[in-house]
Amino acid sequence: MFTSTTFLSILPETLILILGVILLIVEPFWKVKDPSSGGDEQRRNAGWLTAGGLFAVLVISVLVGRPGDPTSTFGSSIRFDWLGFFFKMLFIFGAGITALLLMDHEKVGRRGEAYMLLLASTIGMCLMASAADLITLYLAIETTSIPLYVLAGFMLTDEHSTEAGFKYLLFGAMTSAIMLYGFSLLYGFTGTTNLYALADAFKSGQLAAPVMFGLIVLIVVGLGFKVSVVPFHFWAPDVYEGAPTPVSGFLSTASKAAGFAVIARLFLVVFHDVAVDWAAVFAILSAVTMTVGNLLALPQKNLKRMLAYSSIAHAGYAMIGIVAVSKLGITSVVFYLLAYIVTNLAAFGIVMTVGRVTGSDEYDAYRGLSRRSPWLALVMLAAFLSLAGMPPFGGFIAKVLVFAAGIQANYIWLVVIGILNSIVGLYYYLNVLKYVYLFRMEKEDEEAHPIAVTRPYAIALVVLVLGIILLGTVFAPWFGFSNAAAMNLF
Amino acid sequence: MIPINYYIALSAILFTIGALGVLVRRNPLIIFMSIELMLNAANLAIVAFTRVYQILEGQIFVFFVMTVAAAEVAVGLALIVAIFRTKHSINIDEMNNLKG
Repeated sequence: MFTSTTFLSILPETLILILGVILLIVEPFWKVKDPSSGGDEQRRNAGWLTAGGLFAVLVISVLVGRPGDPTSTFGSSIRFDWLGFFFKMLFIFGAGITALLLMDHEKVGRRGEAYMLLLASTIGMCLMASAADLITLYLAIETTSIPLYVLAGFMLTDEHSTEAGFKYLLFGAMTSAIMLYGFSLLYGFTGTTNLYALADAFKSGQLAAPVMFGLIVLIVVGLGFKVSVVPFHFWAPDVYEGAPTPVSGFLSTASKAAGFAVIARLFLVVFHDVAVDWAAVFAILSAVTMTVGNLLALPQKNLKRMLAYSSIAHAGYAMIGIVAVSKLGITSVVFYLLAYIVTNLAAFGIVMTVGRVTGSDEYDAYRGLSRRSPWLALVMLAAFLSLAGMPPFGGFIAKVLVFAAGIQANYIWLVVIGILNSIVGLYYYLNVLKYVYLFRMEKEDEEAHPIAVTRPYAIALVVLVLGIILLGTVFAPWFGFSNAAAMNLF
Repeated sequence: MIPINYYIALSAILFTIGALGVLVRRNPLIIFMSIELMLNAANLAIVAFTRVYQILEGQIFVFFVMTVAAAEVAVGLALIVAIFRTKHSINIDEMNNLKG
């Protein structure tokens, strides 16, 4: 019953849980009673512990917990395969970087609870990527979402933050209820909650196409919310703007990738043989998402809002890989998310670093950044060009792969829309860089206003920039991992 | 024994009432109640199906859904209290600090 594979299949989750418990036990002892004697400095230790612990979990999992042939454990409720494993490593990496970025956030980073919520949410994401049962899947999605609602509204005295948390909760609760209704019908029509048994049920006996279509729509609502696909994107700009910046970064990267992991498994395994052409539905969603996200990003003057719309657009690009329904398609989605997580975390890291000093996320706060802090500006250049899809950065290879998958699957029109959208995207990313490199601060000497980069931010940004460049230049091993993950679905 | 169709019809009606409530009402507390209604519509459907198939998975699912619903509402009410403290109002239409 319980073999070593059983425990290996939830090794990352177990280790994160242990880390969380240690954090909760240790954190109260770090609080210094007299805050005037630098008590806050002490509590940063919670951040170091979380980030260090997560990277240790990452290393241990890669060394010990690699999957072999796909197996099901825990009464077939967990699938132990490369797809789940690869996504888990992505989430843990994202959470580690987010913990580093949280550390010097004045209102959030000095509270142990914030890190605990981050860890809880990461456990949920890890389970989302490997869930093979509707019950596990629903619980994993909620375990991810509920801590994120709290994190988004974490700054209780800030109207924007609480409003962001509340909006996220309302949209999240409603869409997950709709998805749950879809799950209940899925269970009702087939009599099983196991994803692989569901797939078999659909292979042998088909439901009427309209019923199946309705079911798929219900489920797409819930997952579309997680990956912020138009028309389920309304929450994203508001929540990203109001939530603490590192949390926005986490929402836009790891949380979105978790949604894609579920979409990939659910649609390529369960609905693979269904008579409904769901790929066409996704193709339309993808085209609309790219276009709406990019067009709404154009007039923005607030960098966090702009990144929110850009992250909506990126969900559209990544979806092209799902539309392709092929090995290359899923490989490209996985690679895209890898590049996107690294790049977008860097972008939010910069917003955090600059916002901490200037107290603003408006474009105007970035005037003369290249003179105030040349290295930071260079990191920003790399991140934004990678987001725009310029070589030699990771974003370029990722875009090439999804477009190639689209063409291979004969969705030429979709790829054309994607390429046109990339050009629109280039405009607004370069627009921000214009503020950074060409504009000057008014009547000020920029060199007199340097932007201090504290140690956790420096570490996070250096790791991320190296990642961006590595993904774009030495992409073969990463492509290999993505491919191994994709193979498990076919 | 009441046929399964009746249960499914009732659950569909409850779900629709819940969804309309979320979309139409402006008071966050009533919106939460509507979301509960949607979740319970799903619960009802699951329990009804479980009786047809005579397997326990569905019953277990329902217990988990109830737990999740409780957790969600706990977080929601906490956020409503926090919003009320800063704004002295919990009307959805007045939550418009963030837009553009």
